[in-house]
Amino acid sequence: MNDAIVLKYPISPDDFTRAGEASSDVKGKLKQLGVSPEAVRKVAIAMYEGEINMVIHAKGGEITVEITPERILMILADVGPGIPDVEKAMQAGYSTAPDEVRSLGFGAGMGLPNMKKYTDDMRIETELGVGTTITMEVRLG
Amino acid sequence: MTARDVQNILGARVLVGEELLDREVRSACGSDMMSDVLAFSKDHSVLLTGLCNPQVIRTAEMLDIVCLIFVRGKKPDQTILDMARERNLIVMETGHRMFSSCGMLYKAGLGGGAI
Repeated sequence: MNDAIVLKYPISPDDFTRAGEASSDVKGKLKQLGVSPEAVRKVAIAMYEGEINMVIHAKGGEITVEITPERILMILADVGPGIPDVEKAMQAGYSTAPDEVRSLGFGAGMGLPNMKKYTDDMRIETELGVGTTITMEVRLG
Repeated sequence: MTARDVQNILGARVLVGEELLDREVRSACGSDMMSDVLAFSKDHSVLLTGLCNPQVIRTAEMLDIVCLIFVRGKKPDQTILDMARERNLIVMETGHRMFSSCGMLYKAGLGGGAI
């Protein structure tokens, strides 16, 4: 664990144009580190969906990425409204995103299901009115 | 086929990446919902969309898409084109609608790829 690389990204709320910059940066860094293309792709998609969620639903937050030779851990912590019904939110197609988000190409109700699909482990801790922390892991090798 | 073949089939105008047109493309997907593209796109190299915002470029980036095609004559702005250039993406626009564009490419042998 001593050789873990830790990256931190503040995520600003309501800045849809910039959403995805953190994921883009992580993708570039993982490529440089020689991580397999399949793992890079999984991390990129899962983190991008999470980042978009933080911009759409929360008042921003912070993403921490820890990289070791064994795994990539993504911790997405926001100070948003929390998820009232996690089980429902995990259903493909279920969305609470407003119409304007849909007109931007998101809010199809695929965010959380995609994040689960592309990672080896995903945990959601959420409290109404306080925020949500999602921890995702992609194992390497 | 190559991105140049795609251009010819659709009679598309290349907006970015003229020098990259010899790149091979193996499969395509078409959607205006980026979440669906992220969910169902596996190893696609062409993305057709009528959505015109920076998140299209980011979605393409995350999925290693080679060639992005704006259908229905959608005109991406300079910010979008600059982002595409930085990421070595090919960007084209065609006046054809989504259904027709997809049909023309499919008929010419470009499939939907693995699920």
